[in-house]
Amino acid sequence: MRRLRTLPVFLAAIALSGCGLGTAPILNPKGPIALAERDLLFTAFYLMLIVVIPVFVLAAVFVWRYRASGGKGQYKPDWSYSAGIDALIWLVPALIVAALGYLLWTTTHKLDPYKAITGTQNPIEVQVVAQDWKWLFIYPEYGIATVNELAFPQERPLSLRITSDTVMNSFMIPALGGQIYAMAGMTSRLHLIADEPGQFTGRNTMFSGDGFADQHFQAYSMSNSDFDSWVQKVRQSETALDQSAYATLAEPSVAHGVEYYSSYESDLFETILAKYAARPAHSSTMTDQ
Amino acid sequence: MAMAETTAVHDEPVAHLGGGEEFEEREFGFWLYLMTDAVIFALLFATYVVMSGNIASGPDAKSLFSLPHTAGETLLLLCSSITFGFATLASLAGQRGRVIQWLIVTIVLGAGFVAMEIIEFAGMISAGAGPGTSGFLSAFFTLVGTHGLHVSLGIVGIAVMTVQISMKGLTNPVRSRLYRLGLFWHFLDIVWIGIFSVVYLPGVM
Amino acid sequence: MLGKLTIDALPFYSWVAMAGAGVTVFGGLIVVALITYLGAWRYLWTEWLTSVDHKKIGIMYIVLALVMLIRGFIDAIMMRAQQAFALNSDGYLPPEHFEQIFTSHGTIMVFFMAMPFLTGLFNIVAPQQIGARDVAFPFMNSISLWLTAAGAGLVLVSLVVGKFSTAGWTGYPPYSGIEFNPGVGVDYWLWALLVSGVGSTMTGINFVVTILKKRAPGMTLMRMPMFSWTTLVVSILIAFAFPALTVVAIQLGLDRYLGFHFFTNGDGGNMMNFANLLWIWGHPEVYILILPAFGVYSEVVATFSGKRLFGYDSLVYATGCIGILSFTVWLHHFFTMGSSANVNAFFGIATMIIAVPTGVKVFDWLFTMFRGRIVFHPSMYWTIGFIVTFVIGGVSGVLLALPPADYLMHNSTFLVAHFHNMLIPGALFGYLAGMNYWFPKAFGFKLDETWGIRAFWFWIIGFYLAFMPLYVLGFMGMVRRMEHYNVAEWQPYLMVAAVGAVFVLIGIACIAMQLYVSVRDRAQAVDATGDPWNGRTLEWATSSPPAPYNFAVIPQVEDIDAFADMKRRGVVGVHPDRYEDITMPKSTGAGVMLGAGGFVLGFAMIWHIWWLAALSLVGAVAILIYRASNDDDEFTIPATEVEAIENKRQFSTLKLPTDLPQPGTDPAAEQPMPGNI
Repeated sequence: MRRLRTLPVFLAAIALSGCGLGTAPILNPKGPIALAERDLLFTAFYLMLIVVIPVFVLAAVFVWRYRASGGKGQYKPDWSYSAGIDALIWLVPALIVAALGYLLWTTTHKLDPYKAITGTQNPIEVQVVAQDWKWLFIYPEYGIATVNELAFPQERPLSLRITSDTVMNSFMIPALGGQIYAMAGMTSRLHLIADEPGQFTGRNTMFSGDGFADQHFQAYSMSNSDFDSWVQKVRQSETALDQSAYATLAEPSVAHGVEYYSSYESDLFETILAKYAARPAHSSTMTDQ
Repeated sequence: MAMAETTAVHDEPVAHLGGGEEFEEREFGFWLYLMTDAVIFALLFATYVVMSGNIASGPDAKSLFSLPHTAGETLLLLCSSITFGFATLASLAGQRGRVIQWLIVTIVLGAGFVAMEIIEFAGMISAGAGPGTSGFLSAFFTLVGTHGLHVSLGIVGIAVMTVQISMKGLTNPVRSRLYRLGLFWHFLDIVWIGIFSVVYLPGVM
Repeated sequence: MLGKLTIDALPFYSWVAMAGAGVTVFGGLIVVALITYLGAWRYLWTEWLTSVDHKKIGIMYIVLALVMLIRGFIDAIMMRAQQAFALNSDGYLPPEHFEQIFTSHGTIMVFFMAMPFLTGLFNIVAPQQIGARDVAFPFMNSISLWLTAAGAGLVLVSLVVGKFSTAGWTGYPPYSGIEFNPGVGVDYWLWALLVSGVGSTMTGINFVVTILKKRAPGMTLMRMPMFSWTTLVVSILIAFAFPALTVVAIQLGLDRYLGFHFFTNGDGGNMMNFANLLWIWGHPEVYILILPAFGVYSEVVATFSGKRLFGYDSLVYATGCIGILSFTVWLHHFFTMGSSANVNAFFGIATMIIAVPTGVKVFDWLFTMFRGRIVFHPSMYWTIGFIVTFVIGGVSGVLLALPPADYLMHNSTFLVAHFHNMLIPGALFGYLAGMNYWFPKAFGFKLDETWGIRAFWFWIIGFYLAFMPLYVLGFMGMVRRMEHYNVAEWQPYLMVAAVGAVFVLIGIACIAMQLYVSVRDRAQAVDATGDPWNGRTLEWATSSPPAPYNFAVIPQVEDIDAFADMKRRGVVGVHPDRYEDITMPKSTGAGVMLGAGGFVLGFAMIWHIWWLAALSLVGAVAILIYRASNDDDEFTIPATEVEAIENKRQFSTLKLPTDLPQPGTDPAAEQPMPGNI
């Protein structure tokens, strides 16, 4: 009895927690890349229901009709083949996969993270360095750098060059689109764009050690004027990211706070890359095309 | 030895490759084992090809490899394969002493190969081109060293084989083992030819 | 003298770790004490540890798998408990401990639960199903078992001496390299994989030869039961794929031990090679785990529907397709590594193509039930639960095969939910169905059905509660392997998942209860004829448990369901005019000693005790040479003894129903129900 009374409470708790879905970044994308990726997810899901629903229905019907204890279905112990059914169960999944395959080919090319976003506004380039356990953002266009805070103007394509100064990481802002690995000595690329002003969580998704759980940052898309004043704010910072400051920063730290640097050591990103390069960077960076 | 040969004749009424149908499963299984080993070598080759440009701050292939030295190694190993073949032929003829003689020649040639390889490796390491120098050298030492390790194990196997033949004669189980050992030895030859043409030749080109 | 091994290796650093070590040591001591109390050491040694009988080896594999299932599950429930409470707090596990737990959970479940379980089923069933007296290489079979046990032993010992790896079960460098992980943890992981991997490779070779060379006369490949087909395909996959694991583990080992630069940051290392090599093994491995379960489902669904398997040819071809395709899709594990769109699209499409033969299989099982008479044995519950649940995992798998969708879901809990959705219903449910189905064959009495069905319900409800929330959390941006988090919306889902883990715990308890009750009441559940379910395939033609030689007379096979056909022809239980002597392999302690050698070698290398490593290696080689020179490894069971055994046994008198009109009888009234109900 007691268990029965708590059951509705339990169910209500689950239903309420469903509210969390209203803010789920994957389901509520804030940019066209993430939106296209999500829509692909949905389309593929609906297409597959063509196979999935028959499986559920047939499983339920067959189990009921052909149960030994009173099932009404006819019993045909020697019946073991039907060319029609055989053809159907090969062809239907094959056709669905063919359709999905076409969709896959086109969307994979369209949504290639390396592909620049063509838009009316020129892209803003940011260099991203994964460290233990934080993210360093370098703005070559503005001569500034930040830690664990990424700001950019809305509707302006964000062109990211990503590397790692430690183990393999994976950079992702779920609300804006998919991720890419960050690897030492190599540059990987990611192009994102935000439709509207907002604050999104980004993080490393690839386990990288003790501080991994706290390796997240806030990304802000903002109007052009807000962005300009943000750049000003960073420029007013008293710290510069010179060689020694970088060496200190590169030391492992957990839940590192936001930092602003009014300037950084010239060619910092290239220097970090070159530390690990087996050969001059252009020939060894397989992922940089 | 002459005595051994006379006894071998009455031990072995039938002369055939391997130990006969009774051992077919073992021989088939051994082929499968060779296939798994071939996968290992294939992946080591692949790793080498991918990493052959990653010389970091170390020397490149051209400054390290010596074609005459490699040719010497190749000659020794190919000859050892031929002498193993002679041992196999002798076993078909039931000549126990001959088999042992040819196997010993094979051991000597194989040991010569391993010695030359050790000399090559030692020279490279002392010249500061050890496996810890660069990704390229890691891949090189691993691929060539794995082959060398196989040859060394093969030499141990041939030594055990000679003892078995002299103690047991050319019985069917022994013939089956000799056959499988031969497969292994010739397989290593083929791998070496791969190493010669994928590692050394392009390296000095 | 003892390398890196000092008193500091003992887990005095945390109470939780000490408790884990305590339980391990205590459990080991209890087992030792119990065996001593029962005076069973000699029995254990002569009848089991040194046995090369495939049936006993199979049972030992499954015992190992069940022990490791419990160990791996303890890890799982600890992780669920941690995440249920770790909102803005460290929970009860510090990061380093949490990392060891998720690493050992994955390592144990893949290598030391699933692999031994499926190998155990192969061992017990496959030789009997093809009408053979043993596997092709019984001694090698024993080595395989003990090397697998040695690997499992290393993982267990890491709980007491030193720490386990924190690099996840896939151990990606450079994190797993010596620069970032100088401790012994990764070495424990490496040596456990290397030692057991050699054992698995040998199992693969053994069963390929067994199935291709030892089938009963008349059993063409296209008459072979589905489980034997999956055994064959999986063995081929093992033989092709495990060398890749050996290579990648050795390369990482060389990086760690000798300062090589395969996967290091800089100096010409390239971590991307690791991902490629690991998954060249790793993706076939997924099918190595799942296909045997598909084999079990095929046998169970035919037997308990009282019907021949629908679309046998389709199932065979589908199995073959899956086996081949499994080698062409490895890159989908790292779409996000920056390959070109063409490469990603190629591997994405190859991955989706696998869904076609897999879908075909699901429909074949469904249409086997169609026009059948379904008996709800526990193994049938597992099968139906699998069909329904697996389809969901298939859908999430195809979603992840779309590179742009994978960019969103990679490394998220959606991925975690997906592969658990494949491996729990897809593999483990099948193994448990197999255990329920073949238990009487191995032990001569049936498992209790009530507890079996209870176990099923707790498991499946627990599965949905534990993993459906993880799918949702993936959409909410939660990634895998988080020791704590700061998003309050995630917590309710994680609590539900923890409740799911508790359900699974009860499910495991039900399995333990099922075993206990069945052993206690075994007198009432005796399988006297060796054919408790009115079976269709040859393993039901032997007695339960089978005589050491399985078949006194090797049966002549004339149809796909060989035993069903024998029943129809009325040749079951016909004694031959005279029996013949049967030659069987002798027991040997060499397998156990080689396993022990592998364990000591691994342990010595982990702790840098070089002399001991050299000693164990020399010892192992010496045993191998001694063994390889031994031509006296068989013994003969005389015909009179065979006859005495065969005269004592009862044969199945069950008849299989048929559509064909039986002369002079009403077909409906005469036909016995399948499943011996």
